[in-house]
Amino acid sequence: MPATSLGSDTVRDSDRVTDPARLEPSIVTTSVRPASDDAAVPASHVAPVIRLDGVSFYYGAFRAVKDITIHVPTHRITALIGPSGCGKSTLLRTINRMNDLIPNTRVEGTLRFHDEDLYASYVDPVEVRRRIGMVFQKPNPFPKSIYDNVAFGPRLTGFKGDLDGLVESSLQKAALWKDVKDKLKQSGLSLSGGQQQRLCIARAIATEPEVILMDEPCSALDPRATLQIEELMAQLKENYTIIIVTHNMQQAARASDRTVFMNMADDQAGYVVEQDDTITIFTNPTNQMTEDYVSGRFG
Amino acid sequence: MSTTEAVAAGAVTRSLRGSRADVAGHVFTAVLLFSLLFTLAILAVLVGDQLQRGMPVLLERGADVLTSPLSSRPDRAGVAQGILGTAMLAVIVSLLAFPIGILTAVYLEEYAPANALTRFIDVNIRNLAGVPSVVYGLLGLAMFVSLFQLLGVGNGRNILSGGLTLAVLVLPLVIITSAEAIRAVPTTIREAGYGVGASRWQVVRTLIIPSAAPGILTGTVLALSRALGETAPLILAGAVLGSFSTGGSLADLFGGPYTALPIIVFDWARKPQEEFRALTSAAILVLLAVTILANAIAIYLRNRFERRW
Repeated sequence: MPATSLGSDTVRDSDRVTDPARLEPSIVTTSVRPASDDAAVPASHVAPVIRLDGVSFYYGAFRAVKDITIHVPTHRITALIGPSGCGKSTLLRTINRMNDLIPNTRVEGTLRFHDEDLYASYVDPVEVRRRIGMVFQKPNPFPKSIYDNVAFGPRLTGFKGDLDGLVESSLQKAALWKDVKDKLKQSGLSLSGGQQQRLCIARAIATEPEVILMDEPCSALDPRATLQIEELMAQLKENYTIIIVTHNMQQAARASDRTVFMNMADDQAGYVVEQDDTITIFTNPTNQMTEDYVSGRFG
Repeated sequence: MSTTEAVAAGAVTRSLRGSRADVAGHVFTAVLLFSLLFTLAILAVLVGDQLQRGMPVLLERGADVLTSPLSSRPDRAGVAQGILGTAMLAVIVSLLAFPIGILTAVYLEEYAPANALTRFIDVNIRNLAGVPSVVYGLLGLAMFVSLFQLLGVGNGRNILSGGLTLAVLVLPLVIITSAEAIRAVPTTIREAGYGVGASRWQVVRTLIIPSAAPGILTGTVLALSRALGETAPLILAGAVLGSFSTGGSLADLFGGPYTALPIIVFDWARKPQEEFRALTSAAILVLLAVTILANAIAIYLRNRFERRW
């Protein structure tokens, strides 16, 4: 049985990892992440850049998620998994205050970004979104040229430096530069689905955020494009913190360092069942419900 | 039976060909075509009729019809003052109704909270769009003509009061069509804009208005065409029926008596002399030409915006 690596640290858990009874066949794949000394530290030992404490979110009177307390470690990929409708996307959108755009909503609890309360009264949500970027489920490039798509964010803040250089480096980091460097003036919509999503990632990176939120970024893409995005995430991890919501458990197992498993309670509110290093969640979870979910018995 | 047997028996061919003629479908297509041709026929008859009546005098007197002022003598009467009036009204209506209307639509769609007051305003704007234009004429008379009289600008019946009246008339139309165009911008574009850290004003300015521009321009084309063709409000708000002459100064241009092409059509149509029949048709042709020109400019602008993407 070939050694597989689900988490960054393969040495400590290799005996549990290779137990075939524990693994879905498709999880047995080579790691997509580059080796690095920093990445050897397991996610649960890394200081969090984002902390949620007892967070609940209300649409009007309806509580969509309740008492969420999670840690998001720096320069790691954290996956939010769980069955449909358990509030993963809602939770993700509270982190960059996208839900502010929906009227009649309310947040309880604290969300901290580098120990600053994101919902403090002095905080400007526009600034939050520049530091915590977002990539959406369906690729949504602006109906503008590829160059203007990436330059959009920096132009908003009155970026005065080398815009061409910033656009190029963002596209390089999104592994799209080679594909588009000769057609920067063409419409962003002329690209394929996978390329459009990478353009959206480049657009998010251009504002030089610290955290990138990804809401099921591969669900609208074919498997090859999905793999490209996952490889990209592994590279991005070195400079950014990534939180990804995914329906695809195999993807979470392949690509993430830390996993938060959510479920929906009887009152229709989502809550955190368990959160830990990905390798633990998928091979040795504490909670029976987690075990049932990752082995496909429900969800 | 097997495939080869079926094919040989012609069963496959028969099943693919279909056994029943789609009678209802053909009848429906014929009805649609007939409706289209009927509409085009009406248009052709109207325009053709006017062409037939009006071309002789246009051919006979040529550009003289376009450059002569109004006169009670048919062999000297021309539509020059009407062309000038209609052109100035087009400018006034564009400058007033379009910015105010578009900005109001932006506010209603992007900024206004989704409460009862906003819905109330929305309903009332739609009602205003349905108010008969003659009522707007009375409004113009009561408000704008009196206003200018108060300000000491002659008797108040000038092109500014006429233009203001028409601007108010088409304002609801501009608001409604612009609001529809803004609403049609996909939410994904808005989300993407906010997600990159744009403020609401930046999203509106750089994403929503450019996306909605073709629809907004179509709305302004409709509004302008409506304004240029209105007669009743202008009559009430003080356009001159019959001939007049002005001193030619700017003060006279903006503060003095005025007329417009639809007014001239209305006036000449009522005159008893036989020669004015042909002149009326000529004036109608000029009005049609001006309307088509205004539409063409707006359509060109709209295409330019659409091609940018």
